Amino acid sequence: MGWENFKRITFRRKKEVPGGLWLKCKGCGNLVYKKKVEEKQHVCPECQYHFTLSASERIKNMLDKGSFKEMHTHLTPTDPLQFKGSKTYKDRLERAQKNTGMKDAGIVGTGNLESRPVAFGITDSRFLMGSMGSVVGEKLARITEHATANRLPLIIVSGSGGGARMDEGMLSLYQMAKTCAALERHDQAGLLYISILTNPVMGGAFASYASVGDINIAEPKAIIGFTGPRVIEQTIRRELPAGFQTSEFLLEHGMIDMIVSRENLKSEIAKILEYCAN
Amino acid sequence: MANGQSNSNGVYLDFERPIIDIEKKIAELEEYSARRGIDFSNEINQLKGSLEGAMTEIFANLTSWQRVQMARHPHRPLTSHYLNLLIHDFLPIQGDRIFHEDGAIVCGFGKLEERKVMVIGHRKGRNPQENIKCQYGSAHPEGYRKAMRAMRMAEKFKLPILTFIDTPGAYPGIGAEERGIALAIAESIKLMSSLRVPIICTVIGEGGSGGAIGIGVGDVLLMLQNAYYSVILPEGCSAILWKDGGSNQEASEALKLTAKDVERFGICDEIVPEPIGGAHRDHKQTVQTLKDAIVRRLVELEDKPLDELLEARYEKLRSIGEFSESSK
Repeated sequence: MGWENFKRITFRRKKEVPGGLWLKCKGCGNLVYKKKVEEKQHVCPECQYHFTLSASERIKNMLDKGSFKEMHTHLTPTDPLQFKGSKTYKDRLERAQKNTGMKDAGIVGTGNLESRPVAFGITDSRFLMGSMGSVVGEKLARITEHATANRLPLIIVSGSGGGARMDEGMLSLYQMAKTCAALERHDQAGLLYISILTNPVMGGAFASYASVGDINIAEPKAIIGFTGPRVIEQTIRRELPAGFQTSEFLLEHGMIDMIVSRENLKSEIAKILEYCAN
Repeated sequence: MANGQSNSNGVYLDFERPIIDIEKKIAELEEYSARRGIDFSNEINQLKGSLEGAMTEIFANLTSWQRVQMARHPHRPLTSHYLNLLIHDFLPIQGDRIFHEDGAIVCGFGKLEERKVMVIGHRKGRNPQENIKCQYGSAHPEGYRKAMRAMRMAEKFKLPILTFIDTPGAYPGIGAEERGIALAIAESIKLMSSLRVPIICTVIGEGGSGGAIGIGVGDVLLMLQNAYYSVILPEGCSAILWKDGGSNQEASEALKLTAKDVERFGICDEIVPEPIGGAHRDHKQTVQTLKDAIVRRLVELEDKPLDELLEARYEKLRSIGEFSESSK
């Protein structure tokens, strides 16, 4: 790659590319055919970069066709702190709602994965960085309780780079305790919890429900960690090593069981479900 | 000084200044009158009157940011003070059995009056040497893993657990990430939600985010009057909200991090009053008030059958959060 490639790209863009047919890959910088990316579940055919996937697309890819039944759809965030920075939380919420068509960052429900019934939760990183406020915490706790009551394995896919949502203050922080408490009961009931980490998962999300799976799986090259890299750099006053807080870093340090690319995710989970059905 | 142990080396907060000035004057007059044998009691009494007035005025209406500063006051009683003054016969539990002994969290057996308890608390230092050892109360994963060892032992020997929260947050470093700080905190939270012994957590100073909640889940959460508990430090929040370096004052207000706020959210169960002027002005009184609250709460918790206790703990955690749910 390099200069030649670059020239080719600019040329194409000018002369041949009708708008919206091509995507610039954030991983390799190449222009890639959008349709091909979509066929591969939004993975770059050149470098395997995993593009952001909306929660609904993810559900479509991971669960058997038409099997997903969404639950607790009426939960809507409020603004308990009347939070106001340079923008108000209310405005931020409205904007995210408009952009995503979601009420908040989390979707939960039940469905089948290769014909096995599962409870399923997901956070969408497009909605305020998938951060966990009261609604996300409540939904995840409810689906966990549903899984416990109905003896279902639980899968939570997190794209929660925003950690615990600042705009809901302490209420967000204690969603960490709420989700973990529900997961503890699910655990004690002898049921399987698989946590799928997608780009990105940080802070209070990673330090609660997202890291305590019986099996933790990450997508390749996702950014996953606790403290934001800039804060760490400011504290230790030196540069962070290459690949710090990536899926690969986590695997090397023993924090996750495996890295699985998006295309194989469903079949890998099915294998685990077979071993851990209870 | 109120009790001779606070502000003794002249460290005080800006808004404490009027008080410090009056106190200095009183001390000078007292010293002068003793030395010269002249009676200044009228003047001294007058000054004492204005001191009381100034104290009431300043401390009745602290802003959120001032409370954060109070919680970080260099003379504020630390976990070590509570270990000395509230607990006797302390017996430390050290090491996570995997990697390291983390000085930022102290654990051990101890006695609260005649009761045997397990104590877990963040440790801050009073000077640079101490703080190198305990990283200003910012724990690594090892700290939480040691705490979990202590918790499991408490469960095994049926000892109630008292935690003392005072941290600006978990340690932000490469090693902490490499060894799974997020996992350690998550596991600790998960464990605390189901431990079969009573747990009383107290925020004695700083309740900094994940590092705080990592030992902050239990049956009762107490907060000292000038302690704060926040999802993010005000400094971090202001850096995010106002990229041009906003104010910690505004961020503190926005975050709703005072004991009163946290109580309103149903997270803090009781605010423990501090002596007028703050906990640092009278360590003994602070400890005594907290001790009374802890003992009273412990008696209540011990009366409950275990299953009921655990159900109530779960219900409390489950009920935290605000949202609307209408089928429209």
